[in-house]
Amino acid sequence: MTVTATPVLEVRDIVKTYGGVHALDGVSLSLAPGEVHCLAGENGSGKSTLIKIISGVERADSGAITIDGTTHGHLTPNEAIRSGVQVIYQDFSLFPNLSAAENIAMLSELAERRVLSSRSRIRAAAQRVVDDLGLSLDLDAEVERLSVADRQLIAICRALVNDAKVLIMDEPTTALTYSEVQRLFVIVRRLQQRGVAIVFVSHKLDEVLAISQRLTVLRNGRVVESGDASGYTRRAVSKAMTGRDVSETRLVNDVAPDAPQLLEVEHLSRAGGFDDVSFALRAGEILGITGLLGSGRSEIAEAVFGINPADSGRILVQGKPRRIASIHDAVDAGIGYVPEDRLTQGLFLDIPIAENMVAASLDAYRTRFGLLDRRRIRRSIADLFGRLRIQAPNSSAVVRSLSGGNAQRVVLAKWLDRKPAILLLNGPTVGVDVGSKEEIVTILREQAAAGMGIVVISDDIPELVSCCHRILIIHDGHVVAELAGDDIDADEIQRRMAA
Amino acid sequence: MTARLARLRGPNNEGLLLAVIVLVVIAMSLASPAFFTAGTFFALVRSSMVPLIFALGVLLVLISGGVDVSFPAIAIFAAYTTVTLFMDGSGGTALVIFAVAMLIGAGLGMLNGVVIARFRLPTLIVTLGTQGIFKGVLIAYIGSAYISAGDLPSAITEASDRHLVDVAGGGYLHFLIVPVVVIVLLVAAMLKWTVFGRSIYAIGGDTEAARRVGIRVVRTQVWLYMLVGALAAFGGVVYVILGKNANPQSLVGTELDIIAAVVLGGASIFGGRGSVGGTVLGVVLVQLINNNLVLVGIPSTWQRAAVGVLLLLGVSIQAFAATRGRSRPVAVQKEVAA
Repeated sequence: MTVTATPVLEVRDIVKTYGGVHALDGVSLSLAPGEVHCLAGENGSGKSTLIKIISGVERADSGAITIDGTTHGHLTPNEAIRSGVQVIYQDFSLFPNLSAAENIAMLSELAERRVLSSRSRIRAAAQRVVDDLGLSLDLDAEVERLSVADRQLIAICRALVNDAKVLIMDEPTTALTYSEVQRLFVIVRRLQQRGVAIVFVSHKLDEVLAISQRLTVLRNGRVVESGDASGYTRRAVSKAMTGRDVSETRLVNDVAPDAPQLLEVEHLSRAGGFDDVSFALRAGEILGITGLLGSGRSEIAEAVFGINPADSGRILVQGKPRRIASIHDAVDAGIGYVPEDRLTQGLFLDIPIAENMVAASLDAYRTRFGLLDRRRIRRSIADLFGRLRIQAPNSSAVVRSLSGGNAQRVVLAKWLDRKPAILLLNGPTVGVDVGSKEEIVTILREQAAAGMGIVVISDDIPELVSCCHRILIIHDGHVVAELAGDDIDADEIQRRMAA
Repeated sequence: MTARLARLRGPNNEGLLLAVIVLVVIAMSLASPAFFTAGTFFALVRSSMVPLIFALGVLLVLISGGVDVSFPAIAIFAAYTTVTLFMDGSGGTALVIFAVAMLIGAGLGMLNGVVIARFRLPTLIVTLGTQGIFKGVLIAYIGSAYISAGDLPSAITEASDRHLVDVAGGGYLHFLIVPVVVIVLLVAAMLKWTVFGRSIYAIGGDTEAARRVGIRVVRTQVWLYMLVGALAAFGGVVYVILGKNANPQSLVGTELDIIAAVVLGGASIFGGRGSVGGTVLGVVLVQLINNNLVLVGIPSTWQRAAVGVLLLLGVSIQAFAATRGRSRPVAVQKEVAA
């Protein structure tokens, strides 16, 4: 251990059980001022529970939390805030209907137990933090109208308005582009110099290793590794998290030379989105489409699936030109789409897994009399549930109770049940931990091997490299490069994306 | 140009609403010479007073992300109970009567607030339930009899006849407009300049985020529903004073009209948005149509249809403005700009 300063936060022997299951089983963690500490672990390893306990949202069954020398047996959210603990949640927890300034300053107004609220004081407090971090933000704009990156900055500003000593960032980079992540890291280093201790939670191991000094890995509610981040490689962290070797090596099946063309896109354009995009996809092939956020990569997929149809160009499915002006047309043509934001676009959260799985394909289960064939539905559900290795007590659990990786598998199951010839996936592993990621990629490989044509839109380059036959790189709405076979290389893609 | 127009329109379409009111006034003045008079104006003010007070309560609940339909029941419960308490000449000035009624109203509101905040139940269903309970208890235990002017406490009948301004031809401006205006201003100030008011917006914007930032959501909601209950009770007493009678069967059933006026005034039924200015305009527009459609020769049977059309228009404009404001940034142009 290189830590010599007195820790600003010390968590000792925290135990937390939910209905007999140990979510946390004697977890200890200490944090020195000015340290970036990475907290890694798969979904369900206890990271979120630990964060909730440190921020006072949940109460530990036993154990103690010491912040700045004061030991708390039971911490309330307000006590945590007053002792200088701030959490930046994955969803930012901002007020969409209030101005940026008010979002930032609300916290200090409340902490000072004010009765009257003053617009000029709020404005000044917010401006001070923004200037302090050297940012430029429109403080009068409603948060609803700001970009995700700006919202993230506002969440950071809010956390700092009250002189935070400990800043917990829960997956801060999930929605950011490469350059926005770099900008975030600059801010993190600046805070670090000021003595703020930062807990950094992320699934992106490269980022974690780049920014952290120390690392703690949780698995099944226990600390399995803790030490200097410099002593770990990506592979070692993955192994600690999952308890097994996770392969990220490139593994692609050969496409049969006579495999038919499933999808041909010719000179597709959409004003403000992309321009003159052409590509083809054969049966059994996995095609990657990548580019920075805002490059047009998602828009291309949305045009092929008819969400925002293209203005001009041609789409051929299995050799036949198809007019795709709506989602309905695309589904008719045998195209499936797994959207980026699965929580709002792809799933019915409060409905059981089983019903979600067959939600898109109920038509196929109609009997002669127009009724649903329950027996066949049950068979399909059991088959998909096993095939996609969904970890849930059973298929009647509601989707909301699932982790990110498992929810994503339910979305996949829903589309696989429709048996589309072509499946487009937008960010299939966003917010999914390494173990699940590997399994999802394996599922995609299996589907391709069975003759499906798959398009993966993603900015997770290692993932694309590991499974794609070909990769298109989009920049400013144009295809700037197409890499295939041995030319597929992570550094090369990174370079071309930013160019 | 468009920026200036957008500013004129106001954050919740208040400007647009004002323009519609001006248009309606001009149209009605042209159609009927009897319209543009002080008498008509004072009548409009008089008929707007009670709906306005109710609308303030509805606005507060809408901003916090809920829908309250129990306020007419609270209003008549509090007003009728207070009237029966002071009926047998046991004294009590108008001020005391208002105070007692508002205490009762706050108590009933607290019941709403505790159930909603503690158990996190949907506000519409809770208040639908309590509305029935309040009305049932009122009729079963307190009284079901119509109380006419002669039997009302003297403080109320005296208040009924206090006019601020009288005009020839029978028109008058009732003095209760003064406390009503004061309350409107107080609520506006509270929403704008107090942490409590801003917390209501925050809770309506995202309740979980409010909890995480340290707002005591349960406490704020309980206080809010108590305040709304007190406002409803105040409206109930004003209603009794203006009508010079107390009828336990009245008011309940008018809740949707009030909610419609508030939504027309720009408040979002999804919470987090709404202003006192817009609410005032919404109430005035609805009353203007309700009162004066007959004057310009349109049968009164069309009143409800007209209000319905207005409401649909108002909500459509809101939805349209929202989708335009939130349209996704154009990918390519954004890259170029950056």
